[in-house]
Amino acid sequence: MDRRKYLKIIGVGSVSTSILLDACKLPDKKEETSANTATSVSSADAAAGPARQPEEIEHYKKVISTTFFTTQEMATIAILADIIIPKDEVSGSATDAKVPEFIEFIVKDMPDYQVPMRGGLRWLDRETQLRFQKNFKDCSRDQQIQVVDDIAYPKKAKPSMSQGVSFFSTMRDLTCTGFYTTKMGIDDIGYVGNQPNQWNGVPDDVLKQYGLAYTEKEMKECASYS
Amino acid sequence: MGDFQIKKKPKSYDVVIVGSGAGGGMASYILAKAGLKVCLLEAGVLFDPKKNVTQFKWPYESPRRGSSTRYRPFGDFDACYGGWEIDGEPYTKAAGTEWDWFRARMMGGRTNHWGRISLRFGPKDFKRKDIDGLGENWPIGYDDIKPFYDRVDKLIGVFGTNEGLENDPDGFFLPPPKPRLHELFIKDASARSGVPVIPGRLSMLTKQINNERGVCVFCGQCNRSCQFYADFTSGSVLVNPAIDTGNIDVIPNAMAREVLTDDSGKATGISYVSKEDMNEYQVSGKVVILAASACESARLMLNSKSKTHPNGLANSSDVVGRYLHDSTGASLGGYLPKLFGRKRYNEDGVGGMHVYSPWWGDNKKLDFPRGYHIEYWGGMGMPGYGFGMGIESQNGDYPVNGKKKEAGGYGASLKEDQRFFYGASVGMGGRGEAIPRRDNYCEIDPNVVDKYGIPVLRFNVKWSDAEIKQAKHMKETFKEIMHNMGAVVTWGGNDGPENNYGLEAPGKIIHEGGTARMGSDPKNSALNKWNQAHDCKNLFVVDGAAFTSQADKNITWTILALSMRASEYIIDELKKQNL
Repeated sequence: MDRRKYLKIIGVGSVSTSILLDACKLPDKKEETSANTATSVSSADAAAGPARQPEEIEHYKKVISTTFFTTQEMATIAILADIIIPKDEVSGSATDAKVPEFIEFIVKDMPDYQVPMRGGLRWLDRETQLRFQKNFKDCSRDQQIQVVDDIAYPKKAKPSMSQGVSFFSTMRDLTCTGFYTTKMGIDDIGYVGNQPNQWNGVPDDVLKQYGLAYTEKEMKECASYS
Repeated sequence: MGDFQIKKKPKSYDVVIVGSGAGGGMASYILAKAGLKVCLLEAGVLFDPKKNVTQFKWPYESPRRGSSTRYRPFGDFDACYGGWEIDGEPYTKAAGTEWDWFRARMMGGRTNHWGRISLRFGPKDFKRKDIDGLGENWPIGYDDIKPFYDRVDKLIGVFGTNEGLENDPDGFFLPPPKPRLHELFIKDASARSGVPVIPGRLSMLTKQINNERGVCVFCGQCNRSCQFYADFTSGSVLVNPAIDTGNIDVIPNAMAREVLTDDSGKATGISYVSKEDMNEYQVSGKVVILAASACESARLMLNSKSKTHPNGLANSSDVVGRYLHDSTGASLGGYLPKLFGRKRYNEDGVGGMHVYSPWWGDNKKLDFPRGYHIEYWGGMGMPGYGFGMGIESQNGDYPVNGKKKEAGGYGASLKEDQRFFYGASVGMGGRGEAIPRRDNYCEIDPNVVDKYGIPVLRFNVKWSDAEIKQAKHMKETFKEIMHNMGAVVTWGGNDGPENNYGLEAPGKIIHEGGTARMGSDPKNSALNKWNQAHDCKNLFVVDGAAFTSQADKNITWTILALSMRASEYIIDELKKQNL
């Protein structure tokens, strides 16, 4: 922020320090946003990610211009996602974290997922049709869990279930990655970085827990901050 | 597109530089500061980490949660524009050979995402032929370059420690960060196998060195480029101050086609295509410096044929494009059970390893020449795409909070498992020295041009037994270290002769060099000991192309030192009117 702008704000009269500080920050932020992308920042451009190149924004727009999963498929994905990541005492569910929307995007961004996911959903519906004469999403909770239990444990699953196991493993992977990369999932897993800080080494109580200590050489040579 | 026409830039410069990475950035800095009029051509767009910010973004700010695309092969937040494939800019490979070529197209080039591992070559690294009879000695020795390493250390900033090691020289180091928890376990485990572990040497500012640059905020995201300029990128640390002198014109989106020469064979400037209007331009200078990356610089020389230089510019030796080599690389990883259920705290640290292992081996007792250093990683990183996948390979093998479980699963139990296993990963990779060989080369493909009509490179590179045996040794060493630590190897542990022990394809480590190597004999080298072409005294090449060999040390610090040295030589020679 330049001095002229600063004086102008002072001229307004009684402003709190916090407003002053905010005012100092805001113009910079605006500059950043406009410099981030070559084209104007529409909402689609912003959704494409930070500091994108024009070809990346084009790619993103192309990806989101189509819909892959049908409404029925999305409903099944939502049910499965919440079976895999339900709400518990620590955090919310996969659908709370909008995991199905992430899965819809990622199968379009990484097309190799499309056949295994579509075919796997189809495998699942055929399985519940054979057992309960209904598609998976229309089954009772107990019926759904019966099938899931047959495909959720790769080592003990029956060989006849192997394709279902593969599908469920893929679904579990996408659900987990979709969930733990949201704010809700990051808070759950307990990652506390991604912010300016000063590294002073492993906390003392953790060193003690593992019976470790820094050497004298390290204490002398390494950076320490107060 | 309008009619094809060539436009001459009216202004004539003292020096025209192609490429704004480490070599071109340093040349820009030294020459502009000395008052020379400089034109810097960059094939990509302008970029400033203060404005083009991906630092501190969360995975959910990327629709693909940080996974890679062809535009960002190292992930959606990586600062580098370019990649292994660039639209309209193909390259080819001779049948049965391998080469992966990573190109950056932006201000600062590949310095925007590199690991900032900043190692000096040691005395032995300049004279390897004397030691093992392979390859060629450099025309310079460590004492020639030492004063420039010293100045690069102070100008740019690097942390580390003086250990008094013979071939890993001391320097002017900022204090290194303390080891992270897994790094303490690695230190102990490696020591038990006789592998030394010392503080890393990375160009990040753990202390303030001037008023233009900030201090490291320990976000671990150097590959996103630092908005505080607390890590080294050529744009923020070298080109920006050069621009402040008023002596340099930077032309972005300028794709160099050829080096122009006069009848006497001297370089007169550069012909380039502007990506903005697709017109051809010519810019002239008393001196031309190539710093477009080892392979792009070789391509430019080979594409600059003339009556005086029928085999390509400054290529009477026929070595341009030859002796192309990359670092060797192999890695493996897994997890460390004693870290399961660990206490959470911020251990992002700097964007790289706090400790590493310099080469320790004695080749007399080994079945391969040269060596490698080891880089380490692990711990409680920020989740990104891929996080939480493959839980079925972990949760059946280890009791979770004391409870034996069936592999796989779902529900609240799965969430408990994810929390339990988080932060226990550990891995390591080797980066080793390959032997530069005459028959590993890039050349102009006679049949293919890029979208600007510029003939492209065809690669012809194969690993030899020396590199494969090195990878085998890496894997054996890594497994032993993992075993000593009590770690479980989950990937990279089963490689064998069928896949060269996991040796990465040449080019993959992105340390390519050797394509216009230095030497004292003009018959088998392209450049003299000042990075100056034997056949064209006002042409200099200051990127990795000049490397006679490249040690097991990441090459950037040596590019910087040599470019500084060559630039001061240019200033002197211009004063003496020798160029």
